[in-house]
Amino acid sequence: MSLLDFARGPALEAAMAVFVFGVCWRMLSLLLLPWARDKSVARAGAPPALLGATRSFVRHLWPPRPLAPGSLFVTVNGYVFHVGLAVIVFGLAQHILFLRGLVGVHWPNLPSGVVSAAAVVTLASLLAALGRRLTNPVLKLISTFNDYFSWFVTVLPVATGLVAVSHLWAPYETLLAVHLLSVALLLIWFPFGKLMHAFLVFLTRTETGIFYSRRGAEI
Amino acid sequence: MATSETIGEELVRRGISRRALLKYSAYLATLMALPPTASKAIAAALAAARRQSVIWLSFQECTGCTESLTRSFSPTIEDMIFNLISLDYHETLQAVSGAAAEQARLSAMRENRGKYVVVIDGSVSTKDGGVYSTNAGKTNLQVLEETAEHALALISVGTCAAFGGIPHAHPNPTGAVPVSEIITDKPVINISGCPPIPEAMAGTIAYLVTFGKLPDLDHLNRPKAIFGDTIHDRCYRRPFYDKGLFAKGFDDEGARKGWCLYEVGCKGPVTYNACATLKWNGGVSFPIQSGHGCLGCSEPDFWDKGGFYRPLSASTGNPAAVVGGAAAAGIGVGIASALLVRRHKLDANKESKS
Ligand code: SF4
Repeated sequence: MSLLDFARGPALEAAMAVFVFGVCWRMLSLLLLPWARDKSVARAGAPPALLGATRSFVRHLWPPRPLAPGSLFVTVNGYVFHVGLAVIVFGLAQHILFLRGLVGVHWPNLPSGVVSAAAVVTLASLLAALGRRLTNPVLKLISTFNDYFSWFVTVLPVATGLVAVSHLWAPYETLLAVHLLSVALLLIWFPFGKLMHAFLVFLTRTETGIFYSRRGAEI
Repeated sequence: MATSETIGEELVRRGISRRALLKYSAYLATLMALPPTASKAIAAALAAARRQSVIWLSFQECTGCTESLTRSFSPTIEDMIFNLISLDYHETLQAVSGAAAEQARLSAMRENRGKYVVVIDGSVSTKDGGVYSTNAGKTNLQVLEETAEHALALISVGTCAAFGGIPHAHPNPTGAVPVSEIITDKPVINISGCPPIPEAMAGTIAYLVTFGKLPDLDHLNRPKAIFGDTIHDRCYRRPFYDKGLFAKGFDDEGARKGWCLYEVGCKGPVTYNACATLKWNGGVSFPIQSGHGCLGCSEPDFWDKGGFYRPLSASTGNPAAVVGGAAAAGIGVGIASALLVRRHKLDANKESKS
């Protein structure tokens, strides 16, 4: 079995199994925890729970004005690489074909040049994020292996994908295999590291939104 | 039979001019990626060389490789190749049959001991002693071992001989293996393809005859001159690939506009062969030009790579079953862990009350 056969077959299959297993496990074990009933009396004019949660979610899309100047870089840079990653994952024809194999649906792809440009910008943005983490004393102090490894497994597929699409340095079968293996690594790490925020963010923001809006606070 | 006549003498006898030989030599030099100056040397070497004794063995195969060579639309090449070699044994092409045919093989082996080349098409059955493919009362395995013993070199023609091919495809009921797995003490050149490009066979044999040595080979023992680039590297649809313009079917607008066939399963990016440059039927076309993606037929295990129409970037596993099973397991463990926490909390509450 060649490296590419291994990557396309058993490696991705095993990684997807770990990913789905881990996400289901973590989400359910959180959702089914005993919830403490909020015994406080709702403040007059407090919005219904769902509305409060939605408002909080929308408000969190941009930092509040007093905090904005200090967190502008983090916010903008965060948007750049998140949007970039979405363009790469959902815009490249090869990725759509991969997803079509999994879920059966597909959509039109973006021109490869646009996706490659997005990948370059995303890489630069991720490097900037790492630079900030390494140079900001507070951020550096609170950073753990989880942060660095999550960054690494995110950067790796972007970098290897860009090289594969550009057919640089090595035969395409090797580049594609390495790229697929890097995706497998990302999928395996995803549920157990900080990348799980892609799912957990909805849970935590909803919880916080409901909690505070009931008390009349807008956060 | 191998003849003592030189190739030059043979060509003269057949009325082939020196000019034709020079043209052919120039073609060979180009084909085998040699400098243009090599063509004169090739012509001189070919004219002086004796015709190479070749024993052609056909094992588990479909005769497509022989068809490819003999039905080549380049009669010059076809003629030339048979002028370069003395084909002492070929079950499909020889006139004799039965004991006389076997005798021809044995006497060619005797007379050209250590100098003959064995060309093989077809894989070798090894299961149950190789009984699934026999000829003249002998298994292919026995014939191969016997014939290869005093050979100069072996040429595995076609993907079956080179990598096992279709007989080797899962579940491989005959225990088919490539020639190189059986013969490990002699040089084995692989000219893969299903079938291989006739010029690749002719060029390799001519190189052997001319230079008396093997051409440069890749990691799968294929001549680099033919198998140095992928189909994708030389594909005329490549600009569409680079732009992200893909045909979604065999008769949609993209297909009619000649867009890239990646989405319909083309394996060109991982297939090393010269189809896109040498083409087929005298340079008329090749599969991609005719509207079908490359099957990757010159690569090992091309039959078992997840399907001809499955795009290269798609997983070859069974995601539905795997994802379904993993989700069920994850949900089960998630519920169990939540229940454990609940029970733990209940116990803690009871303890604090008592
Ligand atoms: S048709 Fe196949 S070989 Fe040609 S550019 Fe597309 S993927 Fe590459």
